[in-house]
Amino acid sequence: MTATLPNRATVSSRDRIQALLKHPAANIALPIIGILLFLTIWEVLARIGLIALPSPIQVLTDERSNYLIMNPFFYNSDLDQGLFLQTMASLKRVAIGYGAAAIVGIAVGILVGNSPVIDKMFDPLFQFLRMVAPLAWVPIALAALRQNEPAALFVIFITSIWPILINTAVGVREIPQDYKNVAKVLRISNQKYFFKVLIPSALPYIFTGLRIAIGLAWLAIIAAEIVMSGVAGIGFFIWDAYQQNYVTEIIVAVVYIGAVGLVLDRLVLFIQKRIAPGQ
Amino acid sequence: MQTITTDSMTTALQDTQQSFLHIEGVSKVYPTSKGAYTVLQDVNLNIEAGEFICVIGHSGCGKSTLLNMVSGFSQPTEGVVLLQGQPITQPGPDRMVVFQNYSLLPWLTAFENVYLGLDSVYPEKSGAEKKAIARDNLEMVGLSDSLDKKPTQLSGGMKQRVAIARALATRPQVLILDEPFGALDAITKEELQEELLKIWNEHRCTVLMITHDIDEALFLSDRLVMMTNGPAANIGEIMTMPFPRPRDRDRIMEDPEYYRLRNYALDFLYNRFAHDDE
Repeated sequence: MTATLPNRATVSSRDRIQALLKHPAANIALPIIGILLFLTIWEVLARIGLIALPSPIQVLTDERSNYLIMNPFFYNSDLDQGLFLQTMASLKRVAIGYGAAAIVGIAVGILVGNSPVIDKMFDPLFQFLRMVAPLAWVPIALAALRQNEPAALFVIFITSIWPILINTAVGVREIPQDYKNVAKVLRISNQKYFFKVLIPSALPYIFTGLRIAIGLAWLAIIAAEIVMSGVAGIGFFIWDAYQQNYVTEIIVAVVYIGAVGLVLDRLVLFIQKRIAPGQ
Repeated sequence: MQTITTDSMTTALQDTQQSFLHIEGVSKVYPTSKGAYTVLQDVNLNIEAGEFICVIGHSGCGKSTLLNMVSGFSQPTEGVVLLQGQPITQPGPDRMVVFQNYSLLPWLTAFENVYLGLDSVYPEKSGAEKKAIARDNLEMVGLSDSLDKKPTQLSGGMKQRVAIARALATRPQVLILDEPFGALDAITKEELQEELLKIWNEHRCTVLMITHDIDEALFLSDRLVMMTNGPAANIGEIMTMPFPRPRDRDRIMEDPEYYRLRNYALDFLYNRFAHDDE
């Protein structure tokens, strides 16, 4: 009797945790508790002077950052506008650069995946270029294009194309032999093979690439704007604030960046679930 | 070896120089890193239109290699495979294949899987006509209620029914089945065997089927081709089934001849050509 009691207690507590995790509110409540815990620790560390950063409460109450939080839409000039508008300026660049990377990446990826010769020829080059960090592309882009705006777009393009291209190529290469055999027996036309076999089969891989790439594109634009002074955007905003030592402003901007990154990732995931469900 | 093969064939077949499906002097050699590997050597087989042929043998005996040369996925190193006098050079819808793992496209419904084949084989037919054919063929395999289901929503037996419907919808001259029921449970397997026979009775296309199951071969086939072991495998013997059609499983199972043939085939596979590692 006594021996079974502690055993039963652990089982029931494990059951209780399972029940708690399954509760619909757990998906919202637990992350909120986690964030509050993080903010509390930060607050304490800042108050006792262990880190030199302003504490969360200071960020909320500081005059400059409070103004930014409360007024995301104000506009004085391109370089002096609300953070929502700054973010939109950066997002517009991401949309163009990433969109181009998606089109070119998927097209070239299909070509590479379909042809073992082209694959062998270019794979080492792709793997090599893939490893070049976004910031390393900035001076090259500026030297080649001589203007900030096209250079920024190029940096996003060149950073986000590789995962799309490489994943698409793998997806096309990995089309199961069974499907190819069926297509051969039925003598399906090339166009039909492309739309009914190749694309659906490679789609999960393509979306994996697109999801990795959207994160990279967002990272790249922030980095690129910090280096390219004088363009409107959340990246340059951070750099500008840093130059003038407005640390609370930087923290507000970083929250925007993280939130946008999260939304972008979920957006691609949402599209993937709509277009290629269950794979 | 070859005399046994021809002995067991009917003389009528010998006399016709060009049978419907004519496999003559076929060898298949694969180059490997350790040198050439002969899978099949000098295989000869004549199949008449409308025959139901089962091929049995241990793994590695080249059954699939042989069928691949009929379906057109590979070419013989030596010899010829002729269908109605024409050499087979590539896969085509006149020789439809049902694969063991169903090979349905998972993003298409059962109906769309069947329709896709029809669409490319009959470009001249109207959409409504092709849709009707697809529906009829799925109905024939008992799937009228599952037209719009995706393969993931279907059981293994149902998937194979779709694959059979897809293969038969284009009215192939030869139906090639590569261990089609190998992955199914015993009851589903028997059900599908009976349905395949029923459908074949109506269509009478030529069937070439690989199997590992002697009972399946005895129940279904007109002739059972028994392969020797590889490398350099060949046709060991061909057994002709005396059972009249349409066949009834219960009645065949009561026939003493069934057990004589069954034991003969078992003896061939497990004594005379026992597998090395058995």
